Amino acid sequence: MNLLWLAFTLIGAVLGVLLSARAVDPVMMMHGLLFSIAAVLSAFALISRHYKYIGASLLEDNGSGINYNVDIVKAGVIASTFWGIVGFTVGLVIALQLTFPVLNFDLPWTNFGRLRPLHTSAVIFAFGGNVLIATSFHVVQRTCRTRLAGDIAPWFVFWGYQLFIVLAATGYVLGVTQSKEYAEPEWYVDIWLTLVWVVYLLVFLATLWKRQEKHIYVANWFYLAFIVTIAMLHIVNNLSLPVSFAGVKSYSLFAGVQSALTQWWYGHNAVGFFLTAGFLGIMYYFIPKRANRPVYSYRLSIIHFWALIFLYIWAGPHHLHYTALPDWAQTLGMTFSIMLWMPSWGGMINGLMTLSGVWDKLRTDPVIRFLVASVAFYGMSTFEGPLMSIKAVNALSHYTDWTIGHVHSGALGWVAYISFGALYFLVPVLWKRKSLYSDALVNLHFWISTIGILLYITAMWVSGILQGLMWRAYDSFGFLEYSFSETVEAMHPFYLIRALGGVLFLLGALIMAYNLWRTARGDVREKEKGSLVLNMEMVGAR
Amino acid sequence: MISHKVIEKNSILMLVLTLIVVSIGGLIEISPLFYLESTIEKVKGVRPYSPLELAGRDIYIREGCYNCHSQMIRPLRDEAERYGHYSLAAESMYDHPFQWGSKRTGPDLARVGGRYSDEWHITHLNNPRDVVPESVMPGYPFLAKTPLFIPDIAASLKTNEEVGVPYSEEMIARAKEDLQTQVNPDADDYDGFLERYPKAQVRDFDGNPAMLSEADALIAYLQMLGTLVDFTTYDVDANKR
Repeated sequence: MNLLWLAFTLIGAVLGVLLSARAVDPVMMMHGLLFSIAAVLSAFALISRHYKYIGASLLEDNGSGINYNVDIVKAGVIASTFWGIVGFTVGLVIALQLTFPVLNFDLPWTNFGRLRPLHTSAVIFAFGGNVLIATSFHVVQRTCRTRLAGDIAPWFVFWGYQLFIVLAATGYVLGVTQSKEYAEPEWYVDIWLTLVWVVYLLVFLATLWKRQEKHIYVANWFYLAFIVTIAMLHIVNNLSLPVSFAGVKSYSLFAGVQSALTQWWYGHNAVGFFLTAGFLGIMYYFIPKRANRPVYSYRLSIIHFWALIFLYIWAGPHHLHYTALPDWAQTLGMTFSIMLWMPSWGGMINGLMTLSGVWDKLRTDPVIRFLVASVAFYGMSTFEGPLMSIKAVNALSHYTDWTIGHVHSGALGWVAYISFGALYFLVPVLWKRKSLYSDALVNLHFWISTIGILLYITAMWVSGILQGLMWRAYDSFGFLEYSFSETVEAMHPFYLIRALGGVLFLLGALIMAYNLWRTARGDVREKEKGSLVLNMEMVGAR
Repeated sequence: MISHKVIEKNSILMLVLTLIVVSIGGLIEISPLFYLESTIEKVKGVRPYSPLELAGRDIYIREGCYNCHSQMIRPLRDEAERYGHYSLAAESMYDHPFQWGSKRTGPDLARVGGRYSDEWHITHLNNPRDVVPESVMPGYPFLAKTPLFIPDIAASLKTNEEVGVPYSEEMIARAKEDLQTQVNPDADDYDGFLERYPKAQVRDFDGNPAMLSEADALIAYLQMLGTLVDFTTYDVDANKR
């Protein structure tokens, strides 16, 4: 089995060198080489691993409890924290560029147009993706009461995904992009991700197959839907024809209106399945675990799941209101977007009501506070979304910062908060510590980042609505009242406030990284000894 | 009634049902766009990009201009007054992929062609605040200094042809010369070029005839945006969708 993997690394190394040698442009030359180096490093890792574990049967489930694959989840937690901080930092940089354009430095590699995809991909795919991979690998093992399937395969998923991130990110900075939002990586990076993703699906499925529980737990439904739907969206939306197999550039298979709807079918469901379904999987495991309560309603979970995945897919056209997309498609998209409000709030209720009977934990456990606040933000964003999908509202909000604010109330409030909650839960469990290093720091992180989010979204609401109204304002003579540049000037104070919100959010994440690091080391903050919320898995074992 | 328990105990059944459920919406919304004839309006004038315009468009994509500029004017009174006639689907039917955008940190560019002089564009790209003091756009001084490099422009056209853009064999064969012809009004094949690409603008765009620069390509692209369709002959009622 190891030999097969070794053979793959050899093929990879040769392929990389060939691509690099025959490259028609400098980026392919570099990426080919990078790919080769990664393959060679993997080969070394495989060989040293072989000698390390020779003769050991460590990897099988043994009788005295289940030998969970903890290392892969640990790696995912570290990667999540790292990429989170990278992504938030780039976000802050581009927020400041919009406030002070001199920070673009007039260089190709540092201008806003190239850094914005770096920010979105870093937070969505690098941070969010690693959180999803790490938590799904943790949850599927625990809820199936079996070790994660595969020995090398999970590590291929992990490192293959990091390689995808590095190829995508370096590509953006060097000007390699398909110009499709949240699907910017070019054809060769897309193929690589497809390969990694298929192995991810197989590892997940194979773990389900050897489960020791009859039922597949609800969190896994969401993870499974997330994995397969993202595969479908990724493959269809990225269909393109490379100009040369040794070059980075490709042209999309679809053009104009068809390419627009395919892209936003993808784009909206990157939100629906990557940033929602996947993270709902986190909600359905970590909130009951941390609160030590069962999920509020099993029936509601079933309705929530099927209604959500069915309705989400239709919502894409609301990104294209009043465009050259035919009206029937716009109306369909709007209708389904409004209907989507119901399963979204059904899920929110299911998450929040899981706290029934233990609402006091909101006061005593700052990790619960993160998890619950995230579900509250989810409720708010999923109410705002349908509102903005109404054509009359969208006529004002589209093309403005209101959209940016909406995205961030979901991304910071929902996605990041539920991730922070999961990370705070996971580190003591994985590193077998009785508690976190400090709950006070979690509390500080919570408040500092909540103030950050509020500054961010309120600034964007005001700037978005203000700019939308300025664009359509007429003076008493029936002329447009404002030139475009006047509306840009009016944005300045809000961009500054937004950047300040970003500073606070980043600061919070740095506090978290410190706290998690001290926790992993086994430290406990002197002042809080005896008053920390205990890790139930360590305490319960006794 | 079939109990949900059956699905919960069978991962493959769950996988297949999930795939079916998530496929329906996309199939119903997207696939008709490929066969309904009303999807793209019938208009005269839209043609494939000239090689230089295509190269400019590639630079537009490379620099991520779409992050801040839309190319989609909505049929709203203020937009029509600010930017011109609302955009037609036909105008982007050769755009692989579309550049409609989603955010207007800067203004819409769907009809920016011919609005400003080449000199204005060069100054603006060099440092936007020299011509628009309130602008927050990055400066792109390197474009005018960088020679245009395309691995193989004929292959770029050919690839577009393979995904459906009606480039003729002649267009592909002459792509490399046409790249040069468009910045040189004295070129031998001036008439042939204009026959292949009607309404294409032929001149040195960046004010530096000594070099075919990235700025040449980008400005050639910007100056043709929205200039192809003749709206005096466009029949709105015949194209109601």
